[in-house]
Order: sequence, then C-alpha cells, then structure tokens
Amino acid sequence: MSGHESTYKPASGFTKWLDSRLPIVRLAHDSFVDFPTPKNLNYWYTFGGILAICLMIQIITGIVLAMHYTATVNEAFGSVERIMRDVPFGWLIRNIHMVGASMFFLAVYVHMFRGLYYGSYKAPREVLWILGCIIFLLMMATAFLGYMLPWGQMSLHGANVIINLFGAIPLVGESIQSWLMGGPSVGNQTLNRFFSLHYLLPFMIAGVVILHIWALHVPGNNNPTGVEVQEVEKDTVPFHPYYTVKDGFAIVMFLIIFAVFVFYAPNVLGHADNYIEANPLVTPSHIVPEWYLLPFYAILRAITFDLGPIDAKLLGVIFMFGSIAVLFILPWLDTAKTKSMRYRPVAKQFFFGFVVACLLLGWCGAMNPDDPIIAMGKDKLVVNYTDAAGLEGSRTFEDYAPAAEFRADQQASGATASMAIEKAGAFTFKHLSQLMTLYYFLYFLLILPILGLREKPKGEPDSIHKAVLGNHAPVAAPAE
Amino acid sequence: MTFFRTLVAGLGALAIGFSAHAAGGSKHAEAPEGGWAFASVPAGKLEKDSMQRGYQVYKEVCASCHGMKLLSYRNLGEPGGPFYDEAFPNANDNPLVKALAAENEILDPIPDDSGDLVYRPARPSDAFRSPYANEQAARAANGGAYPPDLSVITKARGHGAEGQGASYVYSLLKGYPDPEKIKTKEGEDGLNVNYIEFDKGETVGTLTQPTGQYYNPYMAGDVTAQWEGDPRHLPYGGFLAMAPQLPDGRVEYIDGTEATTAQMAYDVAQFLQWAGDPKQEARKKLALPSILYLILLAVLLWFSYKRIWRNVAH
Repeated sequence: MSGHESTYKPASGFTKWLDSRLPIVRLAHDSFVDFPTPKNLNYWYTFGGILAICLMIQIITGIVLAMHYTATVNEAFGSVERIMRDVPFGWLIRNIHMVGASMFFLAVYVHMFRGLYYGSYKAPREVLWILGCIIFLLMMATAFLGYMLPWGQMSLHGANVIINLFGAIPLVGESIQSWLMGGPSVGNQTLNRFFSLHYLLPFMIAGVVILHIWALHVPGNNNPTGVEVQEVEKDTVPFHPYYTVKDGFAIVMFLIIFAVFVFYAPNVLGHADNYIEANPLVTPSHIVPEWYLLPFYAILRAITFDLGPIDAKLLGVIFMFGSIAVLFILPWLDTAKTKSMRYRPVAKQFFFGFVVACLLLGWCGAMNPDDPIIAMGKDKLVVNYTDAAGLEGSRTFEDYAPAAEFRADQQASGATASMAIEKAGAFTFKHLSQLMTLYYFLYFLLILPILGLREKPKGEPDSIHKAVLGNHAPVAAPAE
Repeated sequence: MTFFRTLVAGLGALAIGFSAHAAGGSKHAEAPEGGWAFASVPAGKLEKDSMQRGYQVYKEVCASCHGMKLLSYRNLGEPGGPFYDEAFPNANDNPLVKALAAENEILDPIPDDSGDLVYRPARPSDAFRSPYANEQAARAANGGAYPPDLSVITKARGHGAEGQGASYVYSLLKGYPDPEKIKTKEGEDGLNVNYIEFDKGETVGTLTQPTGQYYNPYMAGDVTAQWEGDPRHLPYGGFLAMAPQLPDGRVEYIDGTEATTAQMAYDVAQFLQWAGDPKQEARKKLALPSILYLILLAVLLWFSYKRIWRNVAH
C-alpha cells in the first residue's frame, strides 16, 4: 500500500549491493511479504491467487504443447492426438491445458462476481477494475484462438461463426473479417495466425496482470466490509505468512477440483464434435461455443429484431460487445457510496438476481433458441393443399387420423397436399434469453445508478477491526 | 452463505443445461448391463480379453470399410493395450504384435531401391492398414457414404463423460431393428422397398427405409421424410449406410467365447474405447495418488492456517 514504509533490510553484502542498484528484492518483499492486507478477507478473496496459478499452468503446459504441435490443416488434428498418445505424459499435459482453460474461466467469473458484490470497482480502485476487464477480454480472445488449434469440427465452424460477427460491422467489417481469416475463408493461413496469436496473448495477459497487481497495491485490498483500512496496526496483517497460507489452502482445494476433471472427466467440459476432424463441407447441426462463452452467445442470439436502421445481426453484435463494454464504465454507473453489498439490503437482492440471470443466459446459450421451456397448448397438424383448379388452402387438425384422411381425400381428388406441424405457442429459450439480456443491461444501466442514490445502507461498521470483533461476538464467524 | 448457495444452485442448473445441449432426435445410448468397468472410480481398467476379442471383430468385420489412421500396430502391445506383455516392454519386439501386424499387407510408404512403391506385410511400427486409398475410393465403394475413421470415435460421441462414447458404439451396433420387423413391399417404381411398422405408445406409423440405408434409433438423423404417421411423434434416430454387421456368429472367437451380437458389440466398443485414448489406464492409475497427495497437502495447509491465524481475530 502506498505510504507504507518499506521494512526490507538487506542482510548480506550481495543483497545490499543489489538493493542500491536494482531494488527488486525490496519490491518483492514489499509486495508479497510485508504487504499490509486487511485481516477480514474471506475465501472469495483467494481467487486472485488461484487465477495467478491458472495463468502459470496454462503458460507452462502451453509452451510444452507448442513443442509438439503442428499448425497445418492436414496435421493439426493428428498432432494433438499424437501428443496424447506418443509424447511422454503428453496426455496429462494436454488434459491440464484443455481443462485448465475451463478452470481459468470458472475462477475468473467467481473473482468478478466477488468484485461486483463487495464493490471492488469503486474509487479508488477504478483502474484496477478496468485492468481486470482488459485481462478478461484478452482471456476470451486467447481461449477462442486456442479452441481453433485442435482443428475439430467445432474449432472450424465456431471460428467461422465468430469471425462472421465482425462482418456485421458497417464499413470496416469485411476488411476485419478477411484480415482475421488471412484470406477468403478459414483455412491453413487462419490456423497459422491463430496459433501465433494464441502464443502471444498469454504473455500480454501476464503483462496486464502485473499492472493489475500494481494497481491493487497502490490503494491496497478492498475487503468484505468495503471500509478502507484506517489503522494499519489494527486493521491489517502482513501478506506473508497470513495470506500466503490462506491462499495456499484455497489454491490446493481448487487444484483438487481441477485434478478430478483432468483425471476422470477431461472431455466433459468440451464438445464431442471437436473430436471429429474439421471438414468445411459438413456443418455440425448445432454450433455452440465453449461453456464459458455461452452467456455472451445467448445475448448475441437474443437479438432477433431490427432497431431502426440497425439490422438484427449488427444489433446482436452491439449488445454482445456492449455486455462487456458496460463493465468498463461500471465504476461510474454505480452511484452508491457504500461499497459492500453486505450493507445494501436492496442492492443485494438485485445482485443475486444478476448472478441468476448470468447463469440462465449460459443455459440459453447452450440450447436451441426455438425449443420450448414451457409449452402453451399442444402442437397442431396443418394440411396445406393446392387443388386441381390451382386454389391453395389449408386446414388445421388436432389429431393425426382426420388430418391424414383429409390429405388422402385431397390427393384422391387430384390436389397436391402435404402435412406439417403447427407449433403451439411456447415460452422458448429465445424469450428467456431476451428477458435475461434485458435484466443484464438494466442491472448496470438503471438499477445500480438509481439504487445508489435512493437506498439507505444498513449496519456499515466504522472500521475493519470493529467489524472483525463484531463478527466474533456470539454470532458464528462466516465460513472461515 | 446465501451467495454461495445461489452459486451452487446456479452451477447445478448450468450443468444440467450442458448435459442436454446436444440432445437431438436420437435415442440415448445405453451402457451394457452393470456398466463399463473402465468407467468405475477410482481406477477403472479396460477388460483385456474383451479388448483382444474386440480387435478380432475390428480386424475381421469393421476394418474392411473403416480405417484407424491414428493407430499403429505397436500400440496394441504398449502398456494398457490389448496385447501388452510385460516380457516385452518395447512393443516392437513383441512376437504376437509382430504376427498381428504381419497379417496385413500394406503399401510401403517408403519407395524401394528402384523407386517403386511395393506391398509388404506390415511391421509393428506401421500405421493400421487403410481400407481405401482415399476418400473418393471409399465413397465409391459404399454407395456415396464415407465410413468414418474409428480412431477417436468413442471421444467423438456422447457428452464427454467416461463411457458414453463406448455406449454409443455398443448401442448402435446392437440397436438395429429385429430383422423380422423389417417387411418388404413393392414400391411405386415397381422395385421392392423395406419398411418398419411402429406401434408403441404414440409413435404409430410406418417408416420406409431408403434403398441402401438402414434405420437405427441410436443414429443421429432425421426420419421425417420417410415417416408415414403423426409427424409430432417421430421415431427416434435416423438412417445410416451401414447394414447390420454383427449377426450372431459373425466371427469365431479365438478364445471360444460365444459370439452373440451383444457380445461382439461389447467387445468392439471396449477395443475402440482403448483406441480413442490408449493412455487412459495410466491416467486413471495416476488419479487417486495425485488427488490424495493434494488432499494431504490441503490438510497440512489447513492446520498451518489455523496455527498462523490463531491469535488474529478475522
């Protein structure tokens, strides 16, 4: 935390010499050993450390995979399989990298919801939050690029869908599209540039992570009370050993879940179609992105209507990117002075609603938009016919027998007749995703700005140490 | 805690969502009675004798149309493989594997001294023999259909949970309708057509099999155009160009096991399960020790945490 005196004392001659030339050990000491950290951080605050581990795991396994991977359309699929079959422990490295992507997103979503709940984006941590949003964007780009590399059916056709989105942007869309593909369609040149960028972006993430930690260490950690540190002595403990051990415990718990997936269900988070080698001539019946992108995919598909001169496709793209862009301006949308939702009884309800909306959007993203969730009435049968005189008509039936009879009669009298299903009205996944998209944007653009001005916070403590002592009164402590 | 509970409930709902995400019109594949031994926790093992029989089924039946280009004969004798022998840690030295490889004539990928490509018996280091020279040849021989490569077929079906892919192979191969149910009538063009009558539940009607196509309830597809009956109650499944391949007694097992349809489907699914992920036994053997190690580490860290924080209210 800025203003906190450095307590580092170089012990040996060498560290003294180094300290006066490049105080790197001092920097590490002040950042990760003696850094004053609020004493009331709960387990939701361990996900930062978990994410750092995730990034390291992905980079290390990724570098090893790149030593064996071949980025050509003819060999990519086989080379990934060869890694799993012939490279010593290649199956383990590849499974860790593949499952690791999912675990990384799982952790980042918990980390972001944590930030939303405890108001970690508010002054003085706006830059910290924005840097986090940039990391999130880079992560999504990296994951998308990486999903292309095994060159399975979902790799190719998923990439096609996403790249086509850019084509919806007026004026520059088509140029961006062909720049991304490196040619008129997704092919070898696309795979090559995706591989190159997939190797580059993680190091950019690592760079922004350094800035993220820097921006964290200037104002210091937020904490579950949202009250800033007032007396370092009473309110904080040094990062080491207090939080190294607590984060360490949480990281190992997280790794246990990670290991269960790696060893027992490495493929369950992916899509089986990606084990079919990419074939541009065969389109999978149901193209879906990886689970962590499903909520955004649902927002994209929820927009099925034009708005003035903007057609549905472009509007969907605008909403999808808008759903991330809105995070960047969140620090100025939320007008509440109180940071933590612990003391905002009304906002808290809306927050939980928001979490549910995000999960439901994920569900909608995985399903066919036209499938009913709640059907209203029964599907009917409709027989369309064109009689010998050329007159067209149709009749609707409840049951099959009379419909078939009617069709047979028409055909007997020289008409052409065919039967089709007339779907009953239903509340479909499309409707649910539209409702949830609406709530997603209302939460940020209307609820948080207005609520912040009107809501009366309740029970906010004066300081961290008072809150901590209050917690240890008769009422049991939260899950620590 | 409310936050936590909401999150858990939400993740649960999401998990259900994923498990249904590829639900199409095909019947859900069923595992054999008693389940797959290899899918059991903590360290499921493939059944070695079943895999060996499965290789025999593949070799004698499937291999005439389906390639397995990601496998080499040496894989058969590697740890976890159907013909692994501890006496031969290097599978290339295993005489059984050598003999199994030599049963196949392959076109040597390396030209001989005079520059000609010649046929020779395969060696353990060679890739599995491909039944056709190229995709066009395969399509020409199969009425336009391309028999898929079977190397990773068990990973390419199901939802990624252990055993679902093998269950698909097993269900599909033994899931063809009873031949007695398939009736023949004269079609409009005077040629005979096959049809199947359905009378269970609401699915009542007649399904006509297009020429050279075979109905299977486990095959993903759409039977709307061939269905004469209520279109709201279509039968499960679709058509495929592969006729039923495993009537009772199709192969004569070397080990004397009775070759029923279900037995052969079970064995070949077991073999393909291995082929899709030949290192799965090593993976599952390492699972419990790794997880136990992490749990032990977590316990140690928990007590360290309790000790370090003992005098700090938090």
